Amino acid sequence: MSISVKNLTFAYGLHEVLHDLTFDIPDGTLVNVLGPNGVGKSTLFRCILGLNRDHQGEVLVNGKDLKRLSIRERAKEVSYIPQSHAPVYDYEVLDVVLMATGSDLKPLTNPGCEQRKRAYAALKHIGIQEFAHRPYMQISGGEQQLVLIARALAQNARTIVMDEPTSALDYGNTVRVLSCVRQLAREGLSIIQSTHNPDHAFLYADKTLVLRDGRVDAYGAPADVITSELISGLYSVDVEVNSLYGDKVRVCVPVHEVEQIQEGNRKEGN
Amino acid sequence: MLLSQRKICSPCEARSRAAERANAVIAGLAVFAVILVAISLMLGRYPISPDQALAMLVNQVIPLEQTWTDQQQTLFFNVRLPRILMALMVGCGLSVAGAAYQGTFQNPLVSPDILGASQGAAFGAAVAILAGFTAVMVSVSAFCFALLTVFLVLLISSRAKGNHMMIVVLAGVMVSSLFQAGVSYTKLIADPTDELADITYWLMGSLTGAKMDQVAAVFPILLVGCAVMFVLRWRINILTIGDDEASTMGVDARRLRIIVIVVATFLTAACVSVTGMIGWVGLVIPHLCRMLVGADHRKLIPASMLMGAGFLLLVDDISRLATTAEIPIGILTAFVGAPFFLYLITRKKRV
Repeated sequence: MSISVKNLTFAYGLHEVLHDLTFDIPDGTLVNVLGPNGVGKSTLFRCILGLNRDHQGEVLVNGKDLKRLSIRERAKEVSYIPQSHAPVYDYEVLDVVLMATGSDLKPLTNPGCEQRKRAYAALKHIGIQEFAHRPYMQISGGEQQLVLIARALAQNARTIVMDEPTSALDYGNTVRVLSCVRQLAREGLSIIQSTHNPDHAFLYADKTLVLRDGRVDAYGAPADVITSELISGLYSVDVEVNSLYGDKVRVCVPVHEVEQIQEGNRKEGN
Repeated sequence: MLLSQRKICSPCEARSRAAERANAVIAGLAVFAVILVAISLMLGRYPISPDQALAMLVNQVIPLEQTWTDQQQTLFFNVRLPRILMALMVGCGLSVAGAAYQGTFQNPLVSPDILGASQGAAFGAAVAILAGFTAVMVSVSAFCFALLTVFLVLLISSRAKGNHMMIVVLAGVMVSSLFQAGVSYTKLIADPTDELADITYWLMGSLTGAKMDQVAAVFPILLVGCAVMFVLRWRINILTIGDDEASTMGVDARRLRIIVIVVATFLTAACVSVTGMIGWVGLVIPHLCRMLVGADHRKLIPASMLMGAGFLLLVDDISRLATTAEIPIGILTAFVGAPFFLYLITRKKRV
């Protein structure tokens, strides 16, 4: 089991954010976490990454209790892909990837040939090896996100946490990044990611975890979990889930907006 | 895992042109510093020829036939050499401290006195001058107050809530201004005939009258400090992307940040306490180096050390040769530093 969460409860001071969460993520699974802003997705991820250590309940990653691991050992189990953000200093892409290769280095030593090879291999794996020596700030946002994925790969952890990896990307880059992520899951990595777009779940996720008011609202295959009622209730918008391509894909459509368009057309017709 | 099993056709040698260029720049800076030392040894109102300078140095190890006057020897070993060594060390120390501070605070406009080390040192020196202490005790007092100030800032910020780095910087500014007020007060009550002049002159910063025993006192701190920075130079890269992200990559960012801050503070305190306030070096040199070798601290730290040493020696040469009445080096570095700073904040951002 890649990630196993049991009775996880977490509070910032008196404000309880996560209530008694329990779920398991098998190896090689891509899980998509849905939930409105502020529902505790990022808090859950921080617990899985071992950044929020004073939680109640148990969080096991690859069977290991993160609370008992040092920071270095944690980095060997789980890596993190943040939203791409502008760094203060402009490093070379290869140097950005190299940053994640330190967890198996001896203290006080710098990355050497082996780590550099690993960084190159990760870039190649993602298909962006030609960016290795470009300045990180001069590549596009989508490319930066791919570099961060390569960085997580170079860390050699079997589990990856991604917090809204595509929220700042354009449509093409979103598709590229998500299909890259799905490919990694096919190759055996376990990935848990949050997205705001329920359509992505149908296309890219093996399982969908729905958080509501800090609790697990539903967890299972996207087609079973994501229904018109659930999405409508979750985001307080009237949504209808439609099926396309002989139910290979489903999309969510806000019904109210469709009615508006129809009304507009009718008026124009008059 | 997946990646390590793949066969990779040794991309290890494929270093970028930028990395090679950075190494060449670092080597160039080292050569520049050495040449500058050689020239500086000869420069001055008392001429000492290159072969005499070399002979006097060799004479310390292997006795040679004396081709120089005793006066020249005294001047060489008691005045010129310590001053050159001090310029090198202070330039190196302040620059590397500046580069480290800029890295840990994720802010390229930070200088080594951001946490109040300089103002603390100034207050310590001013109080010691008021108390009529010897020059050595003035330095010791400046050093202790510089450390105390930074310790105070870190203590305050550890008790405050909110964005940690922001709090540290704010606390630094506040404590700094407190000690600055202290310095002003000591100036107010100082005897205008001698003490006030001493304090004012100390605040300007100068390498005049650098002694061998001062060099010997600063050298160990500088050596250890620079060694630590050199060893941690790659990890400072990781600090610049933020604590949480660094933690997920296996680096204990909080601990590392404290180590870097403490070491950089020791370096700053050691430099400032013997020379007085020398501003701008710690801000400007890391910037110049970043333009030359890039942001990677593996290159930036050594480049800052070498360029800082060379730069301050150059400025000191100017300060002792340009006019008959020496211009304090603190003034000269600000003359160079302030326009450059303005250039930095107004230049167009490279895309």
